[in-house]
Amino acid sequence: MAEILQFTFSGLTVGAVYALVALGFTLIYNASDVINFAQGEFVMLGGMTTVFLAAAGIPLPVAAVLAVAATVGVGLLLWALAIEPARGATAVTLIIITIGASIFLRGAAQVIFDKQFHSLPPISGDSPIRLGGAAVLPQTFWVLGGAMAVLVALWAFLERTLSGKAVLATAANRLAAKLVGVNTSLVVGLSFGVSAAIGALAGILVTPITLTSYDVGTLLALKGFAAAMLGGMGNPFGAVIGGLLVGLIEAYGAGLISSDYKDAFAFIVILLVLFFMPAGLFGKRRVERV
Amino acid sequence: MAQRFATPLVLVAVMVVVWFAADSNFILRVASLVFIYGLAAIGLNILVGDAGQVSLGHAGFLGIGAYAVAIGPTTLGLHPLLSMLAGVVIAGLIALVVGRPVLRLKGHALAVATLGLGILISMVITNEAWLTGGPDGMPVPRLTLFGERIRGADNWFWITGAVLVIGALIASSIKASPTGRALRAVHDSEVAAMVSGVDVAKYKNIAFVISAIYAAVAGGLLALFDGFVTPDVAGFLTSVELITMVVLGGMGSVLGAVAGAGILTALPQVLTAFNEYEHMVLGLIMMVVMIGLRAGIVPSLIALVSGRRRAKAR
Repeated sequence: MAEILQFTFSGLTVGAVYALVALGFTLIYNASDVINFAQGEFVMLGGMTTVFLAAAGIPLPVAAVLAVAATVGVGLLLWALAIEPARGATAVTLIIITIGASIFLRGAAQVIFDKQFHSLPPISGDSPIRLGGAAVLPQTFWVLGGAMAVLVALWAFLERTLSGKAVLATAANRLAAKLVGVNTSLVVGLSFGVSAAIGALAGILVTPITLTSYDVGTLLALKGFAAAMLGGMGNPFGAVIGGLLVGLIEAYGAGLISSDYKDAFAFIVILLVLFFMPAGLFGKRRVERV
Repeated sequence: MAQRFATPLVLVAVMVVVWFAADSNFILRVASLVFIYGLAAIGLNILVGDAGQVSLGHAGFLGIGAYAVAIGPTTLGLHPLLSMLAGVVIAGLIALVVGRPVLRLKGHALAVATLGLGILISMVITNEAWLTGGPDGMPVPRLTLFGERIRGADNWFWITGAVLVIGALIASSIKASPTGRALRAVHDSEVAAMVSGVDVAKYKNIAFVISAIYAAVAGGLLALFDGFVTPDVAGFLTSVELITMVVLGGMGSVLGAVAGAGILTALPQVLTAFNEYEHMVLGLIMMVVMIGLRAGIVPSLIALVSGRRRAKAR
């Protein structure tokens, strides 16, 4: 029983990061139909920038804020220099562009930072808390709390601000949004900025537990993409549930069945779900028109 | 008719030029790699470019072909060519069985499903170390034909080149056949294709199996050429490289697939001069080309040339 609880906590921690990555995918997808494979690089940039700024003597909280700002800058540049000029290109072309961007960012991180693994000091120390027989790192609660805070902030932004409503309108119907005066192109830029901020925050919070290096982004992007699809692409609620589920499946699969096939379980479950529910768990069914 | 032989003839011409221009075995070896990846890209292009179905997991089939020629001779004592055939049959059968349920999915769901399929295959290869040597990979016995061991960059240049030309000829013939037209109909609109009597599920599955067979043959050649296989051959990054070759070169264009393979295979060799900036330059080139030439290099160039001609005629 204690074992199960232990797996649940580790699954939720990793799952929260997948959920945030999936949320980033969803925001950009809703605004532009683009699947941004550089989403994992935002997570990497958040963690790595904080590590190197902190190493340069800047206090950790300031370093974290600067890292988020820098990642948002990268996200906006990605939009302005690569996505906006390619407007109207096919989905596969856009996927290749974002994959190119992710290779570029990984290469840049390798040059600017280094190829080593790095960690950050946990926010509340590293003596585990005993909880019903399971040992839980305090940082786990920071990750879970951080993910929750991001969700609440995102909800408030989308529902309570004019820019947020413009994002929702663009997601619902791009043409209609344009007709009522929403600058849909700026909304896409905004969604890249917000996605970058979410990714960077996830990277900073999880680095004390999972470490970071220039190439952590690829696997995170794959899992986040898969989680977003599992929940139903385009549905923020589905993205979060999908992310947590992928994390839990991995933790249980690795703990109870085989740790060698840790990455396989999530994909087997996703394949099964998609075969029976092609739109994902909470996705809208689409009908092809001729 | 002429259309069908044009692409293979262009390839032969390029090969002859490269052969005479090459002043080192290194260039011949890089060319052989281009031919091998070009073969896989031609196959994938039938699925992606013609039938319009994305696959982000095709390296899995490349891996099956590669490991078949590694495992067959060492474990079962089979001849490398027989092992390659076995690998091709296994890859084709997996594609046949998995194809139907997977290809029912569309768009991004299909991307995730094929991604998952590729990752599952590469995980089996990585983890079943008793059979595959695990993450360290395993050596591949040299190919012997008619009692002669095949070695030397020049021999491999012509072997891989010949297979590529045959592959291009078959692909061009498929494009010109009723099957090719059915695939393009599926690409344009599944509902419209179905209404005109095309069995959509069957044709998608055919494209999937054909592309898997191309990938498995390429994988087998790659393993024989390298003399060593590692699980990287089946990994996600290889899948991404394959699809990038197709899209960069030009979807639906046989020549484009080879051009894409040429750029993505030869470029890293050239970029080693850029040392640690290699990945930055590679990513940058991918982005710039896709933004500038959305239809891919070969179709964009053809449109440019024929557009000029038309303008002159006017």
